[in-house]
Amino acid sequence: MRKARLLAAATVAGSVIATTPGIAADLTFWSWRQEDKSVYEELIADFQKTNPDTNITFEAFEPQNYQTILSTALAGGTGPDIIHVRAYGNLETVAAPGYLRPLGDDVDLTGFSPLAIAAETMREDGQLYAVPFASQTLVIYYNADIFAENNLTPPETWDEFLATSQSLLDAGVTPLANGTQTAWQNEILVGALVPSFYGAAFEEDLVAGTATFEDERFVGALGKLLEITDYLPRGFTGIDYPSAQQLFLSGRAAMFAGGSWEIANFRNQNPDLNFDIMPSPAPAAGEPRLVSTFFDGGYAVNAASENAEAALEFLRFTTTTDFGNKLAAKLSNISAVPGVKFEDPLLAKIAEFNQTSASYLMLVHFRYEEPSGSVLLQQGVQRMMAGEATPEEVGKEVTEGIATYHAPFQQ
Amino acid sequence: MDRQFPSLHRLRRTAWIAFLVAPALIIMVTFVVVPIISALAFSLYDWRGLARGAFVGLENFRQVLFQEPFAGWTRNAFKHNVIVFVTIMVVQNATGFLLAYALFKEPFGYKFHRVSVFLPVVLSTVIVGFLWKLFLHPLFGLVNQVLVGVGLESLALPWLGDSRTALWALIFANAWHFVGFPTLIYLAGMQRISQDHIDAARLEGAGEWNMIRYVIWPLVAPSTTIIFVLTFIGSFNWFELPFIMAGLDGSPFGSTDVLGLYFYRTAFGNQSAGVQDFGKGSALAVLIFLVIVTVAALWTIYLRKREVEL
Repeated sequence: MRKARLLAAATVAGSVIATTPGIAADLTFWSWRQEDKSVYEELIADFQKTNPDTNITFEAFEPQNYQTILSTALAGGTGPDIIHVRAYGNLETVAAPGYLRPLGDDVDLTGFSPLAIAAETMREDGQLYAVPFASQTLVIYYNADIFAENNLTPPETWDEFLATSQSLLDAGVTPLANGTQTAWQNEILVGALVPSFYGAAFEEDLVAGTATFEDERFVGALGKLLEITDYLPRGFTGIDYPSAQQLFLSGRAAMFAGGSWEIANFRNQNPDLNFDIMPSPAPAAGEPRLVSTFFDGGYAVNAASENAEAALEFLRFTTTTDFGNKLAAKLSNISAVPGVKFEDPLLAKIAEFNQTSASYLMLVHFRYEEPSGSVLLQQGVQRMMAGEATPEEVGKEVTEGIATYHAPFQQ
Repeated sequence: MDRQFPSLHRLRRTAWIAFLVAPALIIMVTFVVVPIISALAFSLYDWRGLARGAFVGLENFRQVLFQEPFAGWTRNAFKHNVIVFVTIMVVQNATGFLLAYALFKEPFGYKFHRVSVFLPVVLSTVIVGFLWKLFLHPLFGLVNQVLVGVGLESLALPWLGDSRTALWALIFANAWHFVGFPTLIYLAGMQRISQDHIDAARLEGAGEWNMIRYVIWPLVAPSTTIIFVLTFIGSFNWFELPFIMAGLDGSPFGSTDVLGLYFYRTAFGNQSAGVQDFGKGSALAVLIFLVIVTVAALWTIYLRKREVEL
């Protein structure tokens, strides 16, 4: 009996010794960031300098299908140890069924922005499920060479923006590269071009439940988009997202409304392109120029992982400034880690723009249930830009769609 | 022997039949029957992502059929499937029949034409979709460049971005891709017609029209049955081409939306717009299945009768 107890104690002690460094493990890490694979592998190598016994295999999947692949694997009881998850509604799809480990006190996120933490928190249980990795900002890209050739300076107000566009058109350059054939590009137009018109106060009222999308601030902002139809490419209703990118990259168009994720891509595709960025034009001189921002996603741990401790150790590593600095420098990501230095002039600019921002409305607040605000807004703006709906109709349609599940809109 | 052991004989016979049927049956059950039944079961629950929630009965069906905006989207997609079906029936299959008749008459170079008509059918839909998307591009596309070149600039529309033309452009690309298929089936049907019938008709002085109307058309009725039913199933399962050319949302604003796209983005989510809803998605899948099975079955029965009458 005593012998057995001793033996048991020895076994326990033995296993404790074997696992306490806890870190001798083979982990898998899934992501949708295919183009970032080499940098992530480098980051993993950095992590291994202090955790030499932890091996992490990074696997990336096609972005459009990532969510399906991931949830199928998780539902089947498999899936990776470390999961690159999205934020907001898409996070909840994975977190609500209990596939993710709540982070609780295991990872210290002191200093992270409350918006970043909210993006990776499930609304229902208030638990944080992932370490936020980066934010995205919607801006207007412009081709600095084309502007210089035509003696133009970046516009500051909406009227200047229209005047600049007219000058470009007169000079035979397509002012804006964007088209409306790809549905989500319509939401980008709203978030990149006119947030200064609806303003941050509208968002506050929206969240407080005192305003709907029929609010005149929002409808008025949508109406502004109708003023740019002459400055989009010919046949813009048939221009899809890749074509719009190509028009800007090839210098056939002078401006492009898009997200900060384009920076790395534009530089890769055309290293000679001399481009810069600006926030949305102000309604009038001296008024704030807003950008729309959102958090892209985070790093989470599979609730069923047998190597949770090692995975959490990696998550702690992702909260360090070393990690954040590298993410910013090598991937042009606006890292969510507090205290990250943005050496890149464009990233530094974005960090500055972010001081005056509103949320990318639908993604942050209304992409949790069907019909999502994004689906409604994308369709509505697409129709409006084609001349088949008025801004008022779009506002009404969006509000009515969301009202099917959002109580404050049901009056 | 057999009379003495009839049961043994029957047993062996049954075992033999079972042995022959089993592989096909197992495959059918595993990959067809089980998924259909599980889709039906899925459609009765509330889902969050791929995690099953509470039993909700027919609530998902109620939503996709009667609650706006889902009901409107369902009607819109269904309407487009019907348009696709009718147009393909009329345009693609009629063209196929006429091409088959032309090839049947073995004009000069018919062997070359026979291959070239069928060639697009073997191409992958991804390639065809991509190709036509390029051809129809408002700025770089061949179609508009030709139109501008011949002075028809006003006709150079953004074909895939204009709600009046987008669905027709997709149907056109589909017809270009698949016209060889009905052609091939009809041609085979025509070649099965006994030469005696044709000679007899010629001796009676039948012209081309009467030949087609009273000899060829009735005698290729079995081919017609196959083509009509396959066209119906294909039109209601239409997914790849609109997915590639118009995107998951049925751009612009639902003017190319069909049930297949609507089902996919509802069930699996649309990364840039929506979230996954397996319940409503399964309900849509069940409805699509019911429509296809019911109509295809009734129509097959009708067409078979018609074959006999003709």
